[in-house]
Amino acid sequence: MKARVHVMLKNGVLDPQGEAVRHALGALGFDKVEGVRQGKVIDLELAEGATEADVTEMCEKLLANTVIESYSVEIQ
Amino acid sequence: MKAAVVVFPGSNCDRDLAVAFEQAGFEVSMVWHKDSQLPEGVDIVGVPGGFSYGDYLRCGAIAAQSPICKAVVAHAERGGYALGVCNGFQILTETGVLPGALLRNAGLKYICKTIALSVATSDSAFTQGYTAGDVIGVPIAHHDGNYYADDATVQALKDQDRIAFTYVDNPNGSVADIAGILSENRRVLGMMPHPERAADEGHGGTDGVAMFRALSGLLTAA
Repeated sequence: MKARVHVMLKNGVLDPQGEAVRHALGALGFDKVEGVRQGKVIDLELAEGATEADVTEMCEKLLANTVIESYSVEIQ
Repeated sequence: MKAAVVVFPGSNCDRDLAVAFEQAGFEVSMVWHKDSQLPEGVDIVGVPGGFSYGDYLRCGAIAAQSPICKAVVAHAERGGYALGVCNGFQILTETGVLPGALLRNAGLKYICKTIALSVATSDSAFTQGYTAGDVIGVPIAHHDGNYYADDATVQALKDQDRIAFTYVDNPNGSVADIAGILSENRRVLGMMPHPERAADEGHGGTDGVAMFRALSGLLTAA
């Protein structure tokens, strides 16, 4: 089983890297970009028997810092 | 009076922190990240600056899960003293011992320079050698020192007088200019600036010495 975890800074938490990317896109002439948020994608290869609940626990304990980040889990 | 300084793969201020403790009269032992116990009778644990585990995933995230950090958390929960500097502050927030988190600097640049730091409270073992309102010169050296906590947490820190230091001229975008905070029992301090790098004439400044002396005085008396 494979799982894909998306980790993003929460709304309201300033993302200076996303802002820098937005400025750079603007400088390239892409003038219709109104916002950029940058996050992480973490792919997990899981043994038989692993569950989505296990992945959620991994996110809570390590993969995301829920003070500043939100996450979503996609089972593939 | 005993101090222990934790060493992670990638720590680079561990020896500086040990020397600062030693010069204030502490007997210092270094503890390795794989150790699961602190030495017997340790009064204060120093969590040093550096780039533990290469800052992989998030600064301090992997270190926070190391065996020694479980012992550090247990020490803090028992009411023991701890000082986390720079990466040590990031690690203490990742363990949940201190609230909030450290984000990438708002200007996206790594900043290494001596800055003006305002002492926000003298009501702690760490800051009792200063007077609230004192401005001291202490170096910063970080890429992720932008302190963030939600509004309710920041308000609680203010209400409980737990903001230890603020930046006079905010270099990194930290909320409320916060440079260092105390735990609820005021025995754990996390700060981005490096007091151990302002602890000897050779550093170009000695404004950090008062912190280590105050700790030493208090823990000797105890």
